[in-house]
Amino acid sequence: MRLHDFRGGVHPPSQKHLSAGRPIESLPLPSRLYIPLQQHAGAPALPVVAVGQQVGKGELLARAQGATSAPLHAPSSGRIAAIGEFTAPHASGLPLPTIILETDGEERWAERESLPDPFELSPEEVARRVGAAGIVGMGGANFPAAVKLSKARQAGVHTLVINGAECEPYVTCDDQLMRERAGEIADGIAIMLHALQASHAVVAIENNKPEAVEAMSDACRHDARIEVLSLPSRYPAGSAKQLIQLLTGLETPAGGRGTDTGLLVHNVGTAYAAHRALRHDRPLISRIVTVSGGAVPEPRNLEVPIGALAADLLAYCGGVSDESARLLMGGPMMGQPLPGPQVPVIKGTNGILALTPDEIGEASEPSPCIRCGRCVEACPMGLLPLELSKRARGEDWEGIQALGLSDCMSCGSCAYVCPSHIPLPQYFAYARDMLAAQRREEQKARRTRELMEQRQARFERQERAKAEAAAQRRAAKKPRTAVLEADED
Amino acid sequence: MIAAMMTLTMLGSLLGLLLSLAARFFQVPSDALREDIMELLPGVNCGQCGYPGCGGAADALVAGTAAPTLCPPGGAALARTLAAKLGRALDASGGPPLLAEIDESLCIGCAHCGKLCATDAIIGAPKQIHVVLQEACTGCGVCVEVCPTECLQLRPQKPTFDSWCWPKPALVGV
Repeated sequence: MRLHDFRGGVHPPSQKHLSAGRPIESLPLPSRLYIPLQQHAGAPALPVVAVGQQVGKGELLARAQGATSAPLHAPSSGRIAAIGEFTAPHASGLPLPTIILETDGEERWAERESLPDPFELSPEEVARRVGAAGIVGMGGANFPAAVKLSKARQAGVHTLVINGAECEPYVTCDDQLMRERAGEIADGIAIMLHALQASHAVVAIENNKPEAVEAMSDACRHDARIEVLSLPSRYPAGSAKQLIQLLTGLETPAGGRGTDTGLLVHNVGTAYAAHRALRHDRPLISRIVTVSGGAVPEPRNLEVPIGALAADLLAYCGGVSDESARLLMGGPMMGQPLPGPQVPVIKGTNGILALTPDEIGEASEPSPCIRCGRCVEACPMGLLPLELSKRARGEDWEGIQALGLSDCMSCGSCAYVCPSHIPLPQYFAYARDMLAAQRREEQKARRTRELMEQRQARFERQERAKAEAAAQRRAAKKPRTAVLEADED
Repeated sequence: MIAAMMTLTMLGSLLGLLLSLAARFFQVPSDALREDIMELLPGVNCGQCGYPGCGGAADALVAGTAAPTLCPPGGAALARTLAAKLGRALDASGGPPLLAEIDESLCIGCAHCGKLCATDAIIGAPKQIHVVLQEACTGCGVCVEVCPTECLQLRPQKPTFDSWCWPKPALVGV
């Protein structure tokens, strides 16, 4: 396959040497696991367990609610200690409804059913089982994988792209997964191809991971439908739209989906999870997380049960050596700043980083924009970050939408190259949230109008009912008076 | 025959002329701006703005005697559209929106508040503790005035996970 190119992009120092090549270790089971009900795109899951209930490993804790949602399963055996609120792994530090599981250390599996061969099943059934296992996009987008599979099959996708680019600096969890479990990933890809009824799969890996490329090539050799490709390393090659452009030269239309180009992108971790679900009946209850950063004494790749606290992971890797370190969930480019270490790992967590102020470049104060245009060159989506930020600062919400704010994927390339150190993505996040708040207000105003009209209608109905009742009373009285009159006669 | 035709033709054209003159000289001026504003307002004449119904409010807005923020049920979204429509600055110094909240320890279940609420945001049977449905409350404050125990108060809302917004980057000299 001939590779194309995408516009813009940057070359941040990869820092992957800190954790690359470190074998996957299992995190010792924490005594408590915190499982937020909302850790996927779409509606939150609905709990089906009660407080105090004993659950086996892999047992259903909460079921999917609505079409776009994902169920949650017990990452270990134990007792449900509480269903309450707990800090979300999110910059706001606000709580989300969470199931708190007290582990008993027995790791007793719930009963499992014997599995048929996935290739004997219908594509719909494979997608359903992927959904029932609670599998979501493991690259960080957290979109339910089953929904993506069924939609893509209906859209007639011909090629499945397995994303092993892992372009975020520091993060090596996909790299290590491909090195150690390439056979399982290859089987997962075959299962997903069956669910999609697609003819072809491409495993795309950045060329800074030669061991992973080799391992995947070996594992996929027996299957002629799967091709392993080595990509030039440039951030953000691992973004779905940029990856599609690299492979086909096709640009996803603004506001459109990647599947419009006939390709569907899934993360390697998702393929691995599909293999676990369809071959071993294991729901998605653990994942590989890279713990790294300048403030982590012993960076590692850990297999972590969902719901373990970032503090547990950091403690296993030697704690945080620098008090002023910034904690991040995900990579340094697109990761979520954490309010503290007491937040749980969720299905889409690929890294927990503790970065020193030097690594972040916190010392450099922002200065005025000099309109050098470097951000425009760096933007992989072809936007004008300097103009967008100007409008966000001036709160010109119509202007910022007209300039294509909705196409920005917050990759941070613009801020990386900005010589004035302007926090461009923060401006875009602010603008996006403000626009969302406006939409919520408009929705509320519409709802208010409806409620007031309904109230008015109710009053009218009551008035009418009263008038009718009065009329009936009068009607009931009349014959009696008529009778009385007749009597008098 | 001809005389009848002539009479009717003349009568018709005379009446037509009269009608067109009447349309010109006795026309009631209808204001397009007022019509547009009437479209935007909730149109249920709740009177919370202090004007006689939405028509009165629209007149005041056109005359410039009322602020675009006059309509509590319309909220900030309506204030913004009205300000844009009228080309007037929006006084955004209001801070976060206030919504009604009931202190359960003080509520005696008198049920006065629920009857007044224009959006039916207060629920509760007589002699039972009442509660305000935050998603329906507009923060108009009508209920606060009738509450005999002052358990109803307007309070600023804490951000939730869904309503939280990234703060605007605070930069000096940029």
